[in-house]
Amino acid sequence: MTKVGYFYTDCLVPMVGNNPYATGEENSLELSINAEVYSLPSKRLVVLQIRSPFIKNKYRPFCQTLLSWVKSSKCARVVLLSSSHAYQRDDEQLLGTPLRYLLTPDLEKAVGGLIKELNWKEMEKVAAYPGINDTEKVLHIPGGGITKMLFTESCSKGVQMAVLLKFCSEGDNIPDAFALVNYLNEWLQLIKSESNNSTDTSSQWKIPSSWRLLFGNGLPPALF
Amino acid sequence: MATFFGEVVVAPSRAGLDEEEEAREETPEDREIRRELEKKREIDVLWTLKSGASTESSADEPFVCSKFIVAIGHNAAAFLSSFILDSVCWEVVGVVKLWNEWCRTSNTTNVLPTDSFCLFYRLISDPTVLLCQCSCYVAEDQQFQWLEKVFGRMQKEDLQVTILSTCPVADYKTQESTLTLPSPFLKALKTKEFKEQVCCPLLEQPNIVRDLPAAVLSYCQVWQIPAVLYQCYTDVIKLDTVTIEAFKPLLSSKILKSLVKDVSESTKILKKLLTTNETHNNIYI
Repeated sequence: MTKVGYFYTDCLVPMVGNNPYATGEENSLELSINAEVYSLPSKRLVVLQIRSPFIKNKYRPFCQTLLSWVKSSKCARVVLLSSSHAYQRDDEQLLGTPLRYLLTPDLEKAVGGLIKELNWKEMEKVAAYPGINDTEKVLHIPGGGITKMLFTESCSKGVQMAVLLKFCSEGDNIPDAFALVNYLNEWLQLIKSESNNSTDTSSQWKIPSSWRLLFGNGLPPALF
Repeated sequence: MATFFGEVVVAPSRAGLDEEEEAREETPEDREIRRELEKKREIDVLWTLKSGASTESSADEPFVCSKFIVAIGHNAAAFLSSFILDSVCWEVVGVVKLWNEWCRTSNTTNVLPTDSFCLFYRLISDPTVLLCQCSCYVAEDQQFQWLEKVFGRMQKEDLQVTILSTCPVADYKTQESTLTLPSPFLKALKTKEFKEQVCCPLLEQPNIVRDLPAAVLSYCQVWQIPAVLYQCYTDVIKLDTVTIEAFKPLLSSKILKSLVKDVSESTKILKKLLTTNETHNNIYI
């Protein structure tokens, strides 16, 4: 995918670095900022990657800007890749796969059947007042940041949006990233699996160079 | 929630938002408090370009600027004070007034080197050369405003931006141990439009730069302004001669070469700067 632009906003904490997807010397010296847009015309796919946290009290305007950008750039569908705290799952959510999905009513009409065939699990709603009243249920995505806000806004504004998320724990999230991208691929078939086993595409994804040194620097040699 | 050594550790959001913020619906009172706070946190750039008369930043015509040099943090600001700035060739043309949890600056241009301040200077012999010393803390929500109000006054054609900043060597990610690194050392980042020679190695992945230096560089990248950031990684956080001198290789760069003042004088000023700082830090005086 090639970089086609920036999502320049006052809502995100500034950050800069060199190309996180550098594959060699020739493309390593390209400046990257906190939110960038990539595109793949052959798949009619645009990706917005958000790399830094929100500035306090700015997440609301950010959601508005993002959704109006989605509308003005005429994106037919939006897929939101997200996560939620694994430690806050309820009994029901602890069972089976850690991957969940959500569809806005407009998208449900269009792809509901297809998703049913995939045998995915929809994100469960949880009781609003556990123990007191179990009938009133709400959508709760702890640790999901703006996921819930974007989803509910999209529902009311008629944006076709799907949320794909995984329950994650803090620590090494690389396996989580693979699980989520495979989940997405099951649906959109962005890459074809080489083997017949359709779930095993892990070996085909490339790890970006910016994922290096996730566990800190080398150890001082004096230790040994 | 994990508790280490008995204290309660609040797990941060996976998507950069506090748990509390997520759940809470905003009431009218909240909104009013937020608005009041926002008003108080608004930053003001007072330009004094016309014979001492201070004018509001947005009111006037943009001015032509060919070189803009920004020093962020005490060490970078002190580097400019000792090697570039003097009262004969430079005049103060602007000051930033801001208020936040760490720092308060007023609209006075008479500052001590130990104060936190953000001042703009102009080269008298070439008024298109602008320099900024920013030793005060500019909070996350104020950085965007800072950019809008500072760059908003400049004509962006033929503008070149140089940013100097420092950060702790512990933030530097490398295969080696940070203990073996010869700190302080310089690393650079540049925008796509910057075509000149850079005087030190470029910052490697997965290292990133945050805060105001990142905000300025992002702005330049988005608006296609040639810009370079020199980040000095150091293990001393306060004002320190070794860290200040780590910026010395830049004196031979194309943009600073013509601005360097007498070096013997520089060392004297540097010494004076540090002694003033020490007196202020000494509780026994």
